[in-house]
Amino acid sequence: MTRDRRLSWINGLLLPLFNVLTAFIATGIVFLFIGVDPIEATKILIYGALGYDEGLGYTLYYATNFVFTGLAVAVAFHAGLFNIGGEGQAYVGGLGTALVALYMNPALSAWIVIPLAISGGLLFGALWAIIPAYLQAYRGSHIVITTIMFNFIASSLMVYVLVNVLREVGEMSPESGDFIEASWIPFVHDVLANFGYEVTRSPLNMSIFVALFFSAVVWFFLWHTRWGFAIRAAGKSNEAAIYSGINPKKIIVVTMCISGALAGLVGINELMGVQHRLFLNFNYGYGFGGIAVALMGRNHPVGILIAAFLFGILYQGGAELDFELQNVSRDIVVVMQGLVILFCGGLEYLYRPVLIRYLAPVEASE
Amino acid sequence: MTKSNIAIELINVDKHFGAVHANDKVNLSVKTGTIHGIVGENGAGKSTLMSILYGFYQADSGQIKVFDKDFRATSSKQSIEAGIGMVHQHFMLVDNFTVLENVILGSEGGALITESLANARVELTRLAKEYGLEVELDIAVEELSVGMQQRVEILKGLYKGAKVLILDEPTGVLTPQESDELFRIFEALKNEGVTIILITHKLREIMNITDHVSVMRAGKMVAHRETSKTNPEELAELMIGRKVLLNIKKSKAKIGKPLLVAKNLEINNEQGLKRVSEVSFEARSGEILGIAGVTGNGQGTLLKALAGILPLTKGSIEIMGETISPKSRLNPEQLRNLGVAHVPEDRQKMGMIADFSASETALMGYQNDKDLNQGIWLKKSLVKANCASIMEAFDVRPPNPNLMSSNFSGGNQQKLILAREFERDPEVLIIGQPTRGVDIGAIEFIRKRIIQMRDAGKAIVLISVELEEIMSLSDRIIVMCDGVITGTVNGADADEATLGMMMANALESPAEVKGAEV
Repeated sequence: MTRDRRLSWINGLLLPLFNVLTAFIATGIVFLFIGVDPIEATKILIYGALGYDEGLGYTLYYATNFVFTGLAVAVAFHAGLFNIGGEGQAYVGGLGTALVALYMNPALSAWIVIPLAISGGLLFGALWAIIPAYLQAYRGSHIVITTIMFNFIASSLMVYVLVNVLREVGEMSPESGDFIEASWIPFVHDVLANFGYEVTRSPLNMSIFVALFFSAVVWFFLWHTRWGFAIRAAGKSNEAAIYSGINPKKIIVVTMCISGALAGLVGINELMGVQHRLFLNFNYGYGFGGIAVALMGRNHPVGILIAAFLFGILYQGGAELDFELQNVSRDIVVVMQGLVILFCGGLEYLYRPVLIRYLAPVEASE
Repeated sequence: MTKSNIAIELINVDKHFGAVHANDKVNLSVKTGTIHGIVGENGAGKSTLMSILYGFYQADSGQIKVFDKDFRATSSKQSIEAGIGMVHQHFMLVDNFTVLENVILGSEGGALITESLANARVELTRLAKEYGLEVELDIAVEELSVGMQQRVEILKGLYKGAKVLILDEPTGVLTPQESDELFRIFEALKNEGVTIILITHKLREIMNITDHVSVMRAGKMVAHRETSKTNPEELAELMIGRKVLLNIKKSKAKIGKPLLVAKNLEINNEQGLKRVSEVSFEARSGEILGIAGVTGNGQGTLLKALAGILPLTKGSIEIMGETISPKSRLNPEQLRNLGVAHVPEDRQKMGMIADFSASETALMGYQNDKDLNQGIWLKKSLVKANCASIMEAFDVRPPNPNLMSSNFSGGNQQKLILAREFERDPEVLIIGQPTRGVDIGAIEFIRKRIIQMRDAGKAIVLISVELEEIMSLSDRIIVMCDGVITGTVNGADADEATLGMMMANALESPAEVKGAEV
């Protein structure tokens, strides 16, 4: 194996692996502090997330959301943009989905309604990203600041819409009425039942295939189209992009639209797949989780699938911990997530010098 | 005082950077009160060696003695204390500080600086008199010319008690006249007992002013000579390890019709500052038009406007039958489609993307090419095949399209960029600094290719800070100073002295040639 290849293995596989392991060890230490046996906790977490079909279903269902937001962050990242606004884009994207799923003619076939509702999510997610993108490209407002602010605006907007516009007359809770049935994305357990496989009910639905599909699309788009090339070039060097006839300002706007659109797909899984109505805070935490997923997955769709799966495990296993252990609350998931971000993001290259020294040492000079 | 007459002695100094052996058991001894030149190609390890002396890097092994004392600097502070001063290629000055403030920077001597300012004023006046280094002390550094800024750097070193001054490529940014002035200062310093180490790749300077010269090649010190007992040919041979004929033979130009006509151009740079005004010229098929000038006199801005990167604020460019004006812009891609190739001045930032593969760098600017795309699909196999073929045509080594661009040497990166632009068979070539930071072997190759393009009937606009390059390649030369054309010369009639005068805009009747139609 050449040194270049070794280096790419170190960067692509070993580093994230070591970082995640460190995060887990750190979590273990936290467990010790609160008087929980880390081995016991790990057993509960792993069993809860993967040990039986319902747990696995939940894990994959959570993972689906993380794939969408992870891809969103990654696409923006390739253009050199840090999209912190996944949270808001997912939220407003859900509104787009809901509008289609609420008001389409109920007699229409699911084959028409579902693609349209997905497009609604894509469109609204993109729209929510376009203003920060424009401000960054043409007015110089930093995208990190504006996308964060847009998360708050989205949150207020959705409260207004749900309380004042979409709430059904006489309803107490701020949520919409039910979606038309043609917009419901089938549950995986129902689909499997059709083929004669009995599995326990879980929120896992066919949206997971939408997530896989968009992972493939993002991979193809970034590395096998001229537009992806332009985005990556602009992300690496503004000057080189301009030299190559690429307009970096346009790239910012277009990339953020794509990024926002991908985040806007969270609603497909949450709303069309499971709840069949629009409600407050359905997006909670997935936008920010997507940042960690993208960081851990090194902004590559394959890495994101793996990282999203891991985060699914943390979410589901964490809920299980909360249920099983007295002195553990669900917040432990947030702690773990934080540690993963710390070690995969902040301390990304902690082990690099050591790994390189032992696995890919510099050959004696020629 | 000193026990022997050796100011600096390096014994077996060794330094690695990753796989690069930057300094390979280097030995050097510099006599007190002499001017010692160190020559070598870019990347030969000169700057690394000096950075070790100045405490920026630590040697992996070896011994350093400064005035007979063992010396191992871990910061520039220790070097300054040992009596070593350094003038960097890029000045380390705070632009909006006055000369005085810049000089005391780093030796403020307490919370209140009034006293040290007063002391410095006295001391600087003395130094200035002693060494003939007159500079106005209360003027902001940004208002000084480059040559004056360099004096401030030298003064700074002397003020801090430097007995040894290291200068890294000091003449790179100077006009020939300013360089001569600098050399006079060197003489004065030498007469006062200051030791000067001059790092350069310009042999003319070495021959003119040094007492001793050491030659570095590929990290090794290959020779030490007394300057009076050597000659430029021998030094050049030692530097590159083989004889290279740098004056490339070229046939007489077969000049055709003008392909690029610039009229009264006025151009602002990226910061919106006017850098070019009243510039008019023609580039004709079959000729190389050289644009000479000291760096930063508008040539770079002009080049970017010709390539469609910067807009015009006044004037027009007719190029391949289209007209660019302040109102109608053509972007770099449209210009490429018209047959205008652009080799940018800044290879690292603009010409390539360091962590793109070679095949992706070779795609830059041509990513929308129909031959490489099938529908929405950018065909990687075609991109790689294209890269492999241009790599072969320009002998880029290693010829591996998958290798990261940053892993190629400077010369090979440049060849890859030139290959990308030349192999598309453009009609007009806009070339900036084609051989900057490139080894001599590649320089020869690149210059031959440029001449081949000329002989194939292309119009070539060439910008270079290397006068020698402009003179050996150009059929016609225009000289820019301060954004305007200060002279026009036929390539065959050009001599360094006249060009130098034009570069400094110091001809007797500059008004006559200013903005002249070429």
